[in-house]
Amino acid sequence: MKLDQLKSGSRARVIAIDGDNPLAQRLMTLGLLEGTTVRMIRRALGGDPLEVDVMGYALSLRRAEAKQIDIELLG
Amino acid sequence: MPDSLGTTQSQAAIAVVGNPNTGKSTLFNNLTGLRQKTANYPGVTVERHTGTVRLPKTQALLIDLPGSYSLTAHSPEEMIPADVLLGNIPDLPRPNAVLIVVDAANLRRNLYMTTQILELGLPVVIALNMTDLSHKRGIEIDTARLAEKLKARVVAVAAAGNKGTEEIREALQAALENTSAPPARQSIVPVIRQSAVELQQWLAAQQLEFSELETERALIDKGGAAEQRIAEAAGDAARKKITQLRQQLVGEGSVAALEARTRYAWIDQLVATVEIRGESRQGIADVIDRLTSHPVLGSLLFFIIMATVFQAVFSWAGPIMDAIDGTAGALGGLIADTLPEGALSSLLVDGVIAGVGSVVIFLPQILILFAFIIFLEDSGYMARAAFLMDRVMRTCGLSGQSFIPMLSSFACAVPGIMATRVISDPRDRLATMLAAPFMTCSARLPVYALLIAAFIPDVSWFGFFNLQGLVLFGLYMLGILGGIFTALIMKRFALRGPTPTFLIELPPYRLPNIKSMLIRLLERGRIFVYRAGTIIFTVAVLIWALVYFPRPATLLDEYAAQRDAAAAIYSDSDLEAQLTALERQESAALLEQSYLGRAGQFIEPAFAPLGWDWKISAGVIASFPAREVVVAVLGTIYAVGADVEATDTRLLNRLQEARRPDGSRVFTLGVAVGLMIFYAFCLQCMATVAIMRRETNGWKWPITAWFYMTGLGYLGAFIAYRLLG
Repeated sequence: MKLDQLKSGSRARVIAIDGDNPLAQRLMTLGLLEGTTVRMIRRALGGDPLEVDVMGYALSLRRAEAKQIDIELLG
Repeated sequence: MPDSLGTTQSQAAIAVVGNPNTGKSTLFNNLTGLRQKTANYPGVTVERHTGTVRLPKTQALLIDLPGSYSLTAHSPEEMIPADVLLGNIPDLPRPNAVLIVVDAANLRRNLYMTTQILELGLPVVIALNMTDLSHKRGIEIDTARLAEKLKARVVAVAAAGNKGTEEIREALQAALENTSAPPARQSIVPVIRQSAVELQQWLAAQQLEFSELETERALIDKGGAAEQRIAEAAGDAARKKITQLRQQLVGEGSVAALEARTRYAWIDQLVATVEIRGESRQGIADVIDRLTSHPVLGSLLFFIIMATVFQAVFSWAGPIMDAIDGTAGALGGLIADTLPEGALSSLLVDGVIAGVGSVVIFLPQILILFAFIIFLEDSGYMARAAFLMDRVMRTCGLSGQSFIPMLSSFACAVPGIMATRVISDPRDRLATMLAAPFMTCSARLPVYALLIAAFIPDVSWFGFFNLQGLVLFGLYMLGILGGIFTALIMKRFALRGPTPTFLIELPPYRLPNIKSMLIRLLERGRIFVYRAGTIIFTVAVLIWALVYFPRPATLLDEYAAQRDAAAAIYSDSDLEAQLTALERQESAALLEQSYLGRAGQFIEPAFAPLGWDWKISAGVIASFPAREVVVAVLGTIYAVGADVEATDTRLLNRLQEARRPDGSRVFTLGVAVGLMIFYAFCLQCMATVAIMRRETNGWKWPITAWFYMTGLGYLGAFIAYRLLG
């Protein structure tokens, strides 16, 4: 499952960040890497961009960017 | 030698670094007050803030670095923090110590860059900021333990409430006094550091001197600024060496991932021992967050806020601008009455005072817009506005961050271009700057009003659709389309590169610090007056000279004789009317003889394909510094008087009745529509050119924009004239 598919209010754990590119590096720098717990806070009108809670702060990212992030759902 | 801040070369320097939204600039403003200086870093569009801080025993130079999340650099702009810390910036001393501003509610993410900077070996003071807010969110931090683990001084502060500033001064003093023995801190990712040292030695063998930080960044940031810098100096062999070292480190994997994983593993361990997260209390900030993020209420609120900003810039500034105009006029009148008529009086009144006036007139709009922008930024709403508008703005190839600069440009492109500093991606920022002057600004309105009233019939359909109104709407749309088109082609061709990311933090809502807001507001005003003002003023005086000189004695004598003749025939009010008419005719004749008039006649062939005569050409030339000037110039050329209103019926009639030597009308529908299109596109605003120069740190982009927009205007006017005749 990819991060852009996560429903509002649901929590998930990051499994992998795809690619060896500046975006992947930026995501990891921001604390979004393997093992990080995330929660979908909400989506903007039209479903894009997304607002995600990353260990206590709110990060906004576009759907195309969230597609690079593999996650597993947490109960 | 002391410079304007009273600092000396021997003075210690302290770099201030931190993530965005940590209250870094508020702390910087608290520490320095008004003793600040703003410039640009060479070659990039990053602003350089420095200031003087008073410490208990001495004073030091504070260098405020742009907010960033790490020392990773994929662009020259992102390399600035590393270069400042290394002392690579000309005329900035290498910092003797670093002040890291850390958001206490976001310890984990903030520690990432902190660990990178700690490894540089400089004395570090950590300002654990917003402890009041993190406390409310149930977060407790053991500062003593954090200080011990990081081998740095840690001071809890609440910069927004001005708490802890004195303690920071003391800690900075202590940090500066201990420079002899920099704390030995271990590298968190020693394997990368070893490879970095190997690369450094390899380069040293070729007489190339690079710092460990640069070689380390070159290994980690694939294709980044440090790698490029080293490859430029050492060629392909260096690229090979870097690739080889990367393979040794991670095989086919990513060094960047290795760095991030190792650092965060270290940080997570540390945070677990120093931070206790209790139950977060729901505060007013959470209520505001839910309200502003509500799909319906949030959008409604957004439009109300944006409408207020626009309204404020557009109309609240009006009365102040009128007052400035009035004051300049009164002052000019006073001088004209006191001084004998002549070149000096005219230079002072129409050159100097008008020139200063044309600079100061922008200040109300700039200050009002920035009061809003700074408030929206510091309160946390700005990021949410960008979040809301991102999708719409993406259709123009931009991001949500471009929305407010674009909106502001409908009032005036100058504050709009200054507002582009909220855009984090440098290419998006440039594209926005080039698109902004297309938005219909308030200075275009008098020109549109004049041309529409004169040449568009006042007809209505269904009692609602008015043709004049529709044309004005069309001109607004034309500007918007021009801007979108420009942004799209700029992003597609001139500013190509990877799609910028839209990773922005949505900070919790908080109350801004008024003092810090005022300091920043003052700084914006100062930048405009000093950096753009000088250029605007110079051009205003230059145009005055073109209009005033030469004054042929024969022409002046002729009109003096006519005045004497009139005085002999008429009396009282008749005489006054005659004299006024003569004066206007004299002004028109003088203008025809002036350098501007000659320039209009000289350039007429170039504008002939657009159907323009020399009078229109002269008006257009005169309005390059400021487009609204064309109304006054046409007023003078058509002998109505320079102080005409745009909708003055006398001027409208003169324009409608203007004839060429062969008796045909000058202003055909094609000429009038073409002129409107020309004014919709053309960059006739010296203030915009000047502020673009200051914001892009060079003449390249303002000159490009000028030729591009003028060319587009010419093309539009040509097409209109060919189609409509």
